[in-house]
Amino acid sequence: MTEPEQGSATTPRSMSMIVTKGSLDWAYPPFILATTAASLGHSVTLFFTFYGLALLKKDLKLKLATLGNPAMEMPMMGGHMTMPNIVGMLPGMETLAAGMMKNMLGKKGVASIEELRELAQEAEVRMIACQMTLDLFEYKAEDLIDGIEFAGAATYIETASASNINLFI
Amino acid sequence: MSDPITLDVKGLNCPLPILKAKKAIKDLDTGQVLEVVATDPGSVKDFEAFCRQTGNELVSSSQDGDVYTFQLRKA
Repeated sequence: MTEPEQGSATTPRSMSMIVTKGSLDWAYPPFILATTAASLGHSVTLFFTFYGLALLKKDLKLKLATLGNPAMEMPMMGGHMTMPNIVGMLPGMETLAAGMMKNMLGKKGVASIEELRELAQEAEVRMIACQMTLDLFEYKAEDLIDGIEFAGAATYIETASASNINLFI
Repeated sequence: MSDPITLDVKGLNCPLPILKAKKAIKDLDTGQVLEVVATDPGSVKDFEAFCRQTGNELVSSSQDGDVYTFQLRKA
């Protein structure tokens, strides 16, 4: 097997992502990929829309939906535990599941979303908040972190059309 | 040549070893070597990719039990 084509290390490369989900588990892929791509020398743009916009809030209170997620297995006492939908429906389950997941992430040396987001900002990852979503969900710009842009679909398309990698998450 | 700068990322998981290595290598002079000590098995492939993408040279990659050591020469 040959290694895939890597591209020249010196040519400028770029990546864009549309981030549409705002739960704890779905927050990881965009921030992991953005920080890693930036480390590899790519210029990175993240466009946060709909529920993804919650990932730009100053105060992150990320939750985890166990409901309708049969593949979610938490390691427990040497085995794995799944959460039946009927249990996942109970009040407080999303907070409880998020707490368990955060505990597990910390134990395994996985960065928190707050930490990854800070590293992304340090690495000059461009973050765009969807203005329409802001209006729709009545978020205030001052509730979101500093250093982000506010724009719409045309800005994303312009960025994506010049990017080597475009992802929808 | 001076001794390599060592970066200990033992216990850290993807993508932290790469992110921390990137930060550490930024402060080095061209030709200086950064030694990264990690426990993430995924970092073996990832440091190969990191070096191909950034142009830095992967001088060595070795394993001793659960510990992986990489030497990166700054381009």
